[in-house]
Amino acid sequence: MSVDLNSRPRLAAGCRMGENNKQRVLLMPERALRLNGPSLEIVSRCDGKYTVAQIIGELQLLYSKAEPHKVEQDILGYLELLQKERALDFDV
Amino acid sequence: MPTAINNPLALVAELTHRCPLHCVYCSNPLELQSRSNELSTEIWSGVFKEAAAAGVLQADFTGGEPLARPDIVDLVRNARSAGLYVSLITSGLPLDEAKLEALVQAGLDHFQLSFQGAREETANDISGTKSQQHKLRVLQWLKRYRIGLTLNFVIHRRNIDELEEMLAIVEDSGAGRVEFASVQYYGWAFANRDNLLPTRQQLDRCVKLLHRAEEHLSGKTRIVFVVPDYYAKFPKPCVGGWGRKLMLITPSGDALPCHAAPVIPGLKFANVKNRSLREIWEHSEAFQKFRGEDWMQEPCKSCDRRAQDFGGCRCQAMLLTGDANATDPVCSLAPQRPKVDAVLAKINDGRTAGAELASPVVISADKINWLYRANPV
Repeated sequence: MSVDLNSRPRLAAGCRMGENNKQRVLLMPERALRLNGPSLEIVSRCDGKYTVAQIIGELQLLYSKAEPHKVEQDILGYLELLQKERALDFDV
Repeated sequence: MPTAINNPLALVAELTHRCPLHCVYCSNPLELQSRSNELSTEIWSGVFKEAAAAGVLQADFTGGEPLARPDIVDLVRNARSAGLYVSLITSGLPLDEAKLEALVQAGLDHFQLSFQGAREETANDISGTKSQQHKLRVLQWLKRYRIGLTLNFVIHRRNIDELEEMLAIVEDSGAGRVEFASVQYYGWAFANRDNLLPTRQQLDRCVKLLHRAEEHLSGKTRIVFVVPDYYAKFPKPCVGGWGRKLMLITPSGDALPCHAAPVIPGLKFANVKNRSLREIWEHSEAFQKFRGEDWMQEPCKSCDRRAQDFGGCRCQAMLLTGDANATDPVCSLAPQRPKVDAVLAKINDGRTAGAELASPVVISADKINWLYRANPV
């Protein structure tokens, strides 16, 4: 399953952001993912408003020292992983 | 060498042992706590606050049937406002639409509905009560809400052949997650083991079907399969390692490293009424007992896998070998593995194995002398 650049990811049912000991986490049924740096930047934009392309654009600016194509591939890979975990819905 | 202690991450709150079901594999102890010993709303709510302060992220409300607590909505609200992610692990039986609405409003994050089979007659036989139709109704009500949903099918020899029908229920429900959890043999399940262990042929078929279903449901439903560990090559990392991640509180407030821990003789459990959660987690005898690696014997002690599976399950070692320090006997490296093989041989030999390779074995359920789970007095 591949991620559509024009879709708008949002947290799936049963998934929400949380915080513990000043560490942001993505809470979901029976598990939690620590969010740091880029992963936090990505997940906090998964609100059903940003398209995947917009998330990529903003992170390319934020991490302007990194190679833009590499940033895009990393984001797509991470979104696919979250989709497999059923942490995201993709609205079209 | 002192062992570094991590935060607990999950709090399993066994709110009550009362339950409308009488499942023959119930993981509750054979000696059940009565209602009069159950913790009050206030004590539970204090426990949730202490848990969140100690680093716990998630609270799993279970039992018994957690909905048997008249204060369940308050408990959900208080756990959520303490900062925990709240899961309700339920049979769905004592639930109506108004109660579900109230639970969602109170902040319930995740609803886990248990199924005893796909077919009504199987489910009723296993649970010792009529339950299936109501569960299917609950699934329809749940479609109104955007909360996490897991379907949990506990599978074993008597229902594993209904897997396709179970998957149809899953697909219709739109659940984000399904667990096919093979019975683990403790408590009531240990007593009924010889009627519950699947055959190798059944298991192979099940694994194949689940692989196919995983592809079909990818992006829609995540499938979690819990293997029957008697068939495994290596043991499960039980509760993620003793005293590493999880703390279970019994209906009367005893704090356990895992639900089966009372089978280990001489283990004393601290109670949340007398001691703080953090103190229990860090210092109590029960949590220290098998934390880290100091307790290990060979072959665990020098095994490369010891940081992965932590020597397996202490309670299973106790139940099958009489020594809680032994390597989990399901491990292929365990000196006591022949005990597990002997159990499997009994299930797979004789008339149940190999006769008709294509068709799964069907044994009429009415001939079984189940030991049904009782209710607390």
